[in-house]
Amino acid sequence: MTIGLNAFLIVAGLLFAIGMLGVTLRRNTLVIFMSLELMLNAVNLALVSFSRYNGTMDGNLFVFFIITVAAAEVALGLAIIVALFKRRQSIMVEHLNALSR
Amino acid sequence: MTDILFYLFAGITLISALAMVLLPNAVNGAMCMIVSFIGTAALFVLLEAYFLAILQVLVYAGAVMVLFLFIIMLLNVDEDRSKTKPAKLSIFAALAGFVMLSGLIISLFTDPAALPAPPAIEVAENPTGLSANNGIPFTTSAKSFGYSLFTKYMLPFQVTGFLLLAAMVGVIVVSKRVTEAKPESETTD
Repeated sequence: MTIGLNAFLIVAGLLFAIGMLGVTLRRNTLVIFMSLELMLNAVNLALVSFSRYNGTMDGNLFVFFIITVAAAEVALGLAIIVALFKRRQSIMVEHLNALSR
Repeated sequence: MTDILFYLFAGITLISALAMVLLPNAVNGAMCMIVSFIGTAALFVLLEAYFLAILQVLVYAGAVMVLFLFIIMLLNVDEDRSKTKPAKLSIFAALAGFVMLSGLIISLFTDPAALPAPPAIEVAENPTGLSANNGIPFTTSAKSFGYSLFTKYMLPFQVTGFLLLAAMVGVIVVSKRVTEAKPESETTD
């Protein structure tokens, strides 16, 4: 394979940038949360490519732990969003400004 | 051949991720997100991390996105129903930030003098034992995951198990109804 490490890093970096665009652009909390998952995924891709081109298994193990933590984080974050919707009837970020009032 | 596959899967991943961010409907966004996760799993296969590719499809594209779709279905929210429009300036700021960040990344990694491009190291045969730089050598077998988890990464493995337990208890506490705890219920619903 003639594809080098830098090509994979470009893909990972662009995925991270797209995730950042989603966090800053969107107002739906669920979509913002999905964009956060996308950023975690970009970091996973970078770690796996570094691990492959370094010849060690440690990056793959880190990705294993990141996937586990992300699954726990998604369960907890979605529970928080549901609890928020039960109290406020809205999950748009512009309605969630209770501290500024 | 693998070069064509790399460009194909990288394109699918990036385009569907961009579609997830830009599509106004959250359900369409979640579907594009599943495609993006599967594209990332294909990139893992190209990097010879087969176990992680399977794990990515099972955990991310399977469990996590099903959870997201359930919550989207239950809440039934759309951005069109919120009356206020976002400010033009904030949209412009987000797009400008995205363009500058992606330009930075592309210019950083396409310049051949900026970073060295190491060749891919041959996949080791023996999954056990440490290599010269005190790292576990890269293998394609799932056996090396088990070996690493129970030798070098024993403490993080235990802590992750405890974290999963804590997350489970936390989800139950957060999503539990608190009706009898507040007798003077402010009628918000």
